[in-house]
Amino acid sequence: MSGELMVQDHPLDGLLRADRLPHIWCPGCGLGSIMSCLTSAITESGTDLNQHAIVSGIGCTGRVAGYLKLDSFHTTHGRAIPFAIGLKLAKPELVVTVFSGDGDLFSIGGNHFLHAARRNIDINVICVNNFNYGMTGGQCGPTTPTGARTTTTPFGNSEPAFNLPHLAASLGAVYVARWTSLHVRQVHHSMLNAIRKPGFTFIEVISPCPVGFGKSNEIGEGLDEMRMYRTNSVVDPDADLANAGIDMQRDSPIVLGDFVDIERPVFAPSGVDRG
Amino acid sequence: MVTAEAEPRVLTGQHFMNGDIAFAEGALAAGCTFFAGYPITPSTEVAERLSRRLPKLGGVYVQMEDELASIAAVLGGSWSGAKAMTATSGPGFTLMMENFGLGVMTETPCVIIDVQRGGPSTGLPTLVSQADVMQAKWGSHGDYEPIAFAPASPQEMFDLAISAFNAAERFRMPVFVMADELVGHMTERVTIPSEDRVSIVNRKRVPAGSEDRLFYAADEDLVPPMPIAGEGHAFHVTGLTHDERGYPAGDPLVHDRLVRRLTHKVQIHEKELTQVEELMTEDAEVVVVAYGAMSRSARQAVMVARERGIKAGMFRPITLWPFPFRKLRGLANQVNRFVVAEMNLGQIAREVERHLRRPATWVTHAGGKMIPPEEVLLALQETAR
Amino acid sequence: MRQEIQLAGFGGQGIILAGFVLGRAASIYDGKEAVFTQSYGPEARGGACAAEVVISDGPIDYPLVTRPDLVVCMSQEAYSKYGVALADGAELIIDSDLVEAGSNGIKRLPAMRLATDLGNRMAANVVMLGFLASVTGVVSREALEQSVRETVKPRLLELNMSALKTGFEYGLSESSANQQKAAT
Repeated sequence: MSGELMVQDHPLDGLLRADRLPHIWCPGCGLGSIMSCLTSAITESGTDLNQHAIVSGIGCTGRVAGYLKLDSFHTTHGRAIPFAIGLKLAKPELVVTVFSGDGDLFSIGGNHFLHAARRNIDINVICVNNFNYGMTGGQCGPTTPTGARTTTTPFGNSEPAFNLPHLAASLGAVYVARWTSLHVRQVHHSMLNAIRKPGFTFIEVISPCPVGFGKSNEIGEGLDEMRMYRTNSVVDPDADLANAGIDMQRDSPIVLGDFVDIERPVFAPSGVDRG
Repeated sequence: MVTAEAEPRVLTGQHFMNGDIAFAEGALAAGCTFFAGYPITPSTEVAERLSRRLPKLGGVYVQMEDELASIAAVLGGSWSGAKAMTATSGPGFTLMMENFGLGVMTETPCVIIDVQRGGPSTGLPTLVSQADVMQAKWGSHGDYEPIAFAPASPQEMFDLAISAFNAAERFRMPVFVMADELVGHMTERVTIPSEDRVSIVNRKRVPAGSEDRLFYAADEDLVPPMPIAGEGHAFHVTGLTHDERGYPAGDPLVHDRLVRRLTHKVQIHEKELTQVEELMTEDAEVVVVAYGAMSRSARQAVMVARERGIKAGMFRPITLWPFPFRKLRGLANQVNRFVVAEMNLGQIAREVERHLRRPATWVTHAGGKMIPPEEVLLALQETAR
Repeated sequence: MRQEIQLAGFGGQGIILAGFVLGRAASIYDGKEAVFTQSYGPEARGGACAAEVVISDGPIDYPLVTRPDLVVCMSQEAYSKYGVALADGAELIIDSDLVEAGSNGIKRLPAMRLATDLGNRMAANVVMLGFLASVTGVVSREALEQSVRETVKPRLLELNMSALKTGFEYGLSESSANQQKAAT
């Protein structure tokens, strides 16, 4: 009987490096499911797998590139976006996706995000936001909510945090969405949109980090953290993004949705009209 | 917008060109199709020239937000198959060290020209120096063996741009050209050969569609063939220590094997890589070691010394890294006395003394001006005595 | 023979371009060796401005001017900096309307005025080059013509060729006047 329940091949095996599994992520981490959303979105998009390139920076999310069976680049801390720009400009037929963490993309790599969005370079940026530096052991970062405890904010974070969808939209990103890692269907759908959309797209996926963030803030297991984010969230695609910052001190919900879907001229390298 | 018009890639003929522009033309002649950079004096003319030329040749010129991004984009461009480069100077060179290291570790061919100005920090933005040459050697964390050339004229800016691209492609790594403000900004005759006379090396490529290959298994020359993005390889590249599959490996043995190979692939080809010029060394009793623009002052000093009966000569490393120590030691069999003249406070001088195992006379200046021939001459006279 | 030439004036006079044209003429069209260097930084965009050209029959090692054989001054400031303390045997050329200089042996021409007469004072630099060629012979007239032709924008070619001619002929008449003076 048990034999009938055995799954011989996972439908997404073709897109994972089976020889690199199991992955290094902690139990309860949201990264595995978000990565699966990307593989399913790439598969459903019908695009040529050979034309996909995945670029990551450093950190837990930075390891995603190494698990995907695509041309994949695990670069330096913060530099995934400019590396991706080089790949894309030198070979415009590539579909280039940057898959990295909040600290990598918005602290050390923040400037690159600004300019890539401003120019509307045709790359997709997926940010897994776990509110802390997980790989180095749960330190505070620019997305750590005010008041949250981390290993470097033992008395609570005194700084305000980035409101990522608002930031991306203000810079002119043509597609902006935010979900939690429990919203797998929505994440999948947004990723599909991003793959099909020319220009600079941005998806923030809020992910539990039970070891790095949950523990310090007494949230409980990964599942508890996941539930907390889902319970405290509200889907509102028409939300005023200026008010979509994440505040864990008050009872304000985490605003989710496909917020932005606009058209802007896509960046082309200087000068020559390539027809 | 301009439309692509017929413009030759190689500007065959004689030109009166400054060094920076000559370098840009050398890069194009070598097959460069991608430039990402950030303007910085005194290298900006390289970028300006390529911003005009590359788009007309179907290449990519992109100005990035800073030097961190510039070199990252260059590496990305290289993995998409482009011959890619950037141009910078001191402060930007410092920022580029981060991803220079990534380029070494991931074996990514590209060219970085540093038109040196006075440092540290903002220093002397418009004035000459040679004080970054040890940064080229040791600027990234970790062990590595760099390749660097030191041009002494606009003509050599052109010629060594080609050498640099060829070495980058041949050995799959970022290659430095350590120019200086004087060579970058001086204008002189540059002879550009016809296209068929430019010898070009292209990287070894993995045939398209080679999945599940050991992408980091090196050939006998210690250089692995390179896969290009978008050709169906599904390869992985990481700045982490990696095994022959290209997968992260935290094993000290794997690390030692990898880093040794990365350094050995340069070291075992030292002979092929090192270009030097020896001037009147056959019967020399005292030899000045000088490179880049400074060698022109040293050359004049040698000429005057000869007129005054001093048997002086010059040893000019054109390849600065790997340092041509075998050739220098060969010369030391017949010459006892060495002078080193450079526009820093003794960077290559230490390297010379280390290899010769004896002291040399240092003629140094922190930068801002070229040391005049008279000072070198004085050192030659005193050292010869 | 090595000849070191210092060109100086204020920003906007085309001093840098003059240095480039002169070096190019000697290097490409006279078949000599030449190196051209210039001052960089804010001073090149207004204020004092200097260009240096070394011309030689053989290879040029040290590329900078240390003891100019020929100094051209197109501003009073340039004259005080480069024209006052000349080395023995060095020649000095000035724009006689722009520089007050007392001593004898100075070669003078009103380059700016002559250029203005041609319709564009911006051509003073090329008038000066023509004069320099005729009175010093450091570069040939033909080479200069070629160099100007290859360097200036097509719409300014005619103006600059006239400027070159004007400067050159002014130099010729000067030297013939001097010869006459010497003869009498």
